[in-house]
Amino acid sequence: MSRDHSPAARPLTRRGMMLGTAQATAAVTAAGALAGVSAQAEEGDGEIWDAHVHLSGVTGTVEERVDRLLEFADRLGIARLVVFMGTSFVRHPSPEEVRQQNDEVLRAIGHAPDRVLGMAYLNPEHAQESLAEMDRCIRDGSMVGVKLWVAMRCSRPELDPIVRRSVELQVPVLQHTFDHVDGGLPGESTSADMAALAVRHPDAALICAHTGGDWERGVRTIRACPNVCAEVCGSDPTAGFVEMAVRELGSERVIYASDAGGRSFASQLAKVTGADVSATARRLVLGGNLRRLLAPALAMKGAKP
Amino acid sequence: MIVDVNANVSRWPFRRIPCDELPPLIEKLCAHRVTQAWVGSLDGLFHRDLGRVNLRLTETCRQERGVELIPFGSVNPMLPDWQEDLRRCADDFRMPGIRLHPNYHGYRLDEAVFADLVDLAAAKNLLVQLVVRMDDVRVQPGLMRIPNVDVAPLAEIVRSHPSLRMVLLNALGTLRGQALHELAATGRVWFDISTREGVGGLGTLVREVPPSRVLFGSHLPLFVLESAVLKMRESDLDDRHRRAIAFENAQGLLGDGA
Repeated sequence: MSRDHSPAARPLTRRGMMLGTAQATAAVTAAGALAGVSAQAEEGDGEIWDAHVHLSGVTGTVEERVDRLLEFADRLGIARLVVFMGTSFVRHPSPEEVRQQNDEVLRAIGHAPDRVLGMAYLNPEHAQESLAEMDRCIRDGSMVGVKLWVAMRCSRPELDPIVRRSVELQVPVLQHTFDHVDGGLPGESTSADMAALAVRHPDAALICAHTGGDWERGVRTIRACPNVCAEVCGSDPTAGFVEMAVRELGSERVIYASDAGGRSFASQLAKVTGADVSATARRLVLGGNLRRLLAPALAMKGAKP
Repeated sequence: MIVDVNANVSRWPFRRIPCDELPPLIEKLCAHRVTQAWVGSLDGLFHRDLGRVNLRLTETCRQERGVELIPFGSVNPMLPDWQEDLRRCADDFRMPGIRLHPNYHGYRLDEAVFADLVDLAAAKNLLVQLVVRMDDVRVQPGLMRIPNVDVAPLAEIVRSHPSLRMVLLNALGTLRGQALHELAATGRVWFDISTREGVGGLGTLVREVPPSRVLFGSHLPLFVLESAVLKMRESDLDDRHRRAIAFENAQGLLGDGA
């Protein structure tokens, strides 16, 4: 049986905020939003949006997993979860496996549409199928972004059609990055791969997931790429991460995320709530920036931003 | 009320950290109602004059009035006459325990010197805190690649030292399953929550090990204190377990050593 996921049912709900009319918001492209066009107006009311959540760490059906994740999120006042990759982790999924995983995310969104957002997981090794999946899940479906993991380094030209399509659809691309000191998986992107992609696509809105893990390196690597946001999840709750990111990139380019359920919501949220940054910067990082990035897609879908 | 069993003073060599000076560290502890913190010195990882390090740590803790700071001295058994450092911790500085960093000091837990060290610590009724890791090995500075401590030999060592009491710090990121169960089953090993991850991670932890063996630890100032605090809020814990983890288990441990 489904729980009541409406904002009013949440124990830690925050005051709602209007982002402007749907028409006005839709006119702001995702990359334009990333550039901070309307950052002040969309600073937010303190509502927390989590940009990186998996249906893992909990068990049961997709719907049961969503309920459980929201139960934990509610305890920390997290209003919305961006979910991707379904209930399994496949590094080089076939087109069929991609569709299955995205179907699970579509179910998750459908189960709690006021709380769960989704991004389409793609494997750039299958270019045409990836574009078709973007149409199915984003253009015609309820998803609001693209998630890329470790199938292929994101600096490769095979990603170009996907990124160009993301610009057309006005959605961000969230790319896993990790700067392993010993080197990562063959297809695993580093923050430098992300920077290379960003230079080729200055009009795309890109999210550097994990900020390369080695965030002191990652922040420096993407610093000169104004269309790239640093996303803070998936690493130890090391003090100083958010402070450096805000200082070097600006508060409009830093995004809270958890990587739950592999990580706790708590340890990753603490990076932001425990950071020595201004209240304005904290609100932007916790939700304002992600809302701004997703506003064009949400507006086009007539969804509540 | 919280007792934080995993705090540090002094500087981390690879970055400045918001709470790496005492006033902001105390302010942070007070802000989250931490009334007592068990404190080691980061100098203890890198300095060889540990007599001076432990004296300075003791003085720092004595002078602080905002939060009760309990010093845990550093002992490096790879240094000559390490036994004197341990003796001073127990007899001169009246510390309740010591904090060990085998991976930074260059010994394994199956070496004889470690058995000698825990022998002496147990004889002095010192609680032994063993730090499994300080940071993520995947992103360490190239100049200082320090693997996690291999705790595989530990269960047997604890079993063979009946009066030894040990707290593993920063262990739960990698210590899981049978290895975790085996250590918990000794009844004399405790674990701090600083590196426990996973959504609702403490709720699952207290089903894996007895709740009486779980301690609030933050790894402050390298980690943000709020991480451990929010884990307590996120997880499925009843009030009894919450109190036990927050302070009762730690108080019991110090009481046992009194």
